[in-house]
Amino acid sequence: MGKTLLNVEDLVVAFSMYRGDSLKKENLEVIHSLSLDVKEGEILAVVGSSGSGKSILASAVLDLLPKNAVVSGKITYDGKPLSMKTTPDLYGKEISFIPQSVDYLDPLMKVGKQVQGVKGSKARQEELFEKYRLGKDTEKKYPFQLSGGMARRVLISGAVMGNPKLIIADEPTPGLDLELAMETLKHFRTLADQGTGILMITHDIDLALNVADRIAVFYAGTIVEIASTQDFLSGRDALRHPYTKALYDALPQNGFKPIPGAQPYAGSLPSGCLFADRCPYRDDACAGAQPEREVRGGKVRCAHAT
Amino acid sequence: MRTRNILYELIRMLLLLILVSFLAFVLIAKSPIDPLVSYIGTNSTLSPEAKQEIVEHWGLNEPVFTRFFKWLVNILHGDMGTSITYKKAVSSVIIERFSYSIVLMLLAWILSGILGFVIGVICGIKQGGIYDRITKLFCLMVKSAPTFWLGLMFLVIFAVSLGWFPIGMAVPMGKLKSEVTVWDRLYHLVLPVITLTVANISEVVLYTRQRVVEIIGSDYILYARARGENQGQIIRRHVLRNVMLPAITLQFASFSELFGGMALAENVFAYPGIGTATTAAALSGDAPLLMGIALISALFVFTGNLIANILYGICDPRIREKEES
Ligand SMILES: Nc1ncnc2c1ncn2[C@@H]1O[C@H](COP(=O)(O)OP(=O)(O)OP(=O)(O)O)[C@@H](O)[C@H]1O
Ligand code: SF4
Ligand SMILES: [Mg+2]
Repeated sequence: MGKTLLNVEDLVVAFSMYRGDSLKKENLEVIHSLSLDVKEGEILAVVGSSGSGKSILASAVLDLLPKNAVVSGKITYDGKPLSMKTTPDLYGKEISFIPQSVDYLDPLMKVGKQVQGVKGSKARQEELFEKYRLGKDTEKKYPFQLSGGMARRVLISGAVMGNPKLIIADEPTPGLDLELAMETLKHFRTLADQGTGILMITHDIDLALNVADRIAVFYAGTIVEIASTQDFLSGRDALRHPYTKALYDALPQNGFKPIPGAQPYAGSLPSGCLFADRCPYRDDACAGAQPEREVRGGKVRCAHAT
Repeated sequence: MRTRNILYELIRMLLLLILVSFLAFVLIAKSPIDPLVSYIGTNSTLSPEAKQEIVEHWGLNEPVFTRFFKWLVNILHGDMGTSITYKKAVSSVIIERFSYSIVLMLLAWILSGILGFVIGVICGIKQGGIYDRITKLFCLMVKSAPTFWLGLMFLVIFAVSLGWFPIGMAVPMGKLKSEVTVWDRLYHLVLPVITLTVANISEVVLYTRQRVVEIIGSDYILYARARGENQGQIIRRHVLRNVMLPAITLQFASFSELFGGMALAENVFAYPGIGTATTAAALSGDAPLLMGIALISALFVFTGNLIANILYGICDPRIREKEES
């Protein structure tokens, strides 16, 4: 595997907002000391349930957070700090974004022009449309005229316009049937095999297992474990964190066993391990904050992981 | 398919016009205005027989519905009746007066449209900034101020106190018609146009601003930023593109406010257009002229709405597609 492209270290994102009946603005922390890295030619899947803050992670990496967001931690690309201010030229060229839906396309601009963007060319757009089997008439269409599968391929075309080295994809497969979803993922795999690093955010662990090299398990605003896809395939015992194991048990092929309880709300997090109130292995050692540890080549935030 | 839609709109408009005229007709017929008294004057020495003759000639004792139907048939023959106030055919009064009003409205419409749009876009982009807040405050104040009050303020400040502009009328008093120059006319138009522009602009600014704020908060702006577009490119490629059509449509859809403002502004400045004619007609119980004005103003407003609807259907690809399929 190649060198590290994206490195996120101790990222904390909070929203300054009014809560409840309080008249003072409070900071609601939605991402807590999160760390991850994406290397050249690999797909890192960030897997987590709905509303756990995955899209916020994508926005933070792309420097797209709203004004009321308070951010700390380090985000570097190729070793250098990444932001719209310091590295504006990277966005849309070396680093690109695949959004969740066509709602991210300007409804009144034709698709071809949009895929070209301000940094691309007509020739390259035509080449990409051909490559992704988008008919010649697609470029004259408006976003609302695209079918789900076409929209995906249009968004991918837009993302690879500038031959990116790093792609951030937020939920690239919702609303697609299995066949289209697999096709999309295959495109990702091809891109990665050609050297692109991909950060793929999804709630679908099953799909992620199909293409990703490593899986980062996202829970309540932080990453509790980073494991290789191989660990998931080897079985329960190769995994480290109780939540990851529970996720594993909840997979259809493993008997669909659901995890009791719900994720804690960002405003009322436990002081120690975030998973504590749902964890069968909890004891006194779990009361403190759980730092990230290296265990068997993976990373985990659990006092008892071995 | 699109022609069928336009046809449908036209028929709807026609029915609305008939309905509005009928309502106006009933209102005027039921009002305390006595058309006979309006016509012959209060101190008339006409004999009761002669009066009766006039009543019968006009069909004044017939039911409202019959009278309205007759009026409608006459209209369809191009006969709008005779104005009691001006002792001329209603149609010629309206044409003459409207030609004055239309200049006033057109200038104010274009000015408030363009200026309001530009100011609204800037406010939306700089939302929450000092410029935005001051402009918003100003707009809300103007919006709640009646047009005639605004007109009076301008009159007092610029015409009476500063003496920069004439106090009223469309041309200098005492000048022969043949001596009146274009400049005279423009000079007399300045204050009424400014009044009407200011009265109309707040709506445009606030609407445009609101739309721009929505657009800037939308996902496609985030995406554009993620793709490396800078602020200027985002404004040119996405913000303007998305705000233009609704703004233009609003401009056409707001003909009614424009017309209402025009009527008030004209009265303040004694500008000889439709607005002053309306007041004169109302004061002297000039039913035929009032009916004519009601019809024309309704036609004017409906035309604006029709253009707005058609524009949307043609320019917005989403609606265009729906109508074509
Ligand atoms: N601007 C904001 N201000 C305050 N809270 C916000 C803001 N944006 C998002 N949130 C909150 O942060 C939480 C995480 O949102 P996010 O969209 O990242 O979740 P997600 O994991 O992407 O979910 P999904 O799977 O539904 O896409 C949500 O509960 C949301 O209410
Ligand atoms: S730290 Fe304790 S509570 Fe948390 S996951 Fe590990 S065992 Fe469970
Ligand atoms: Mg999301």
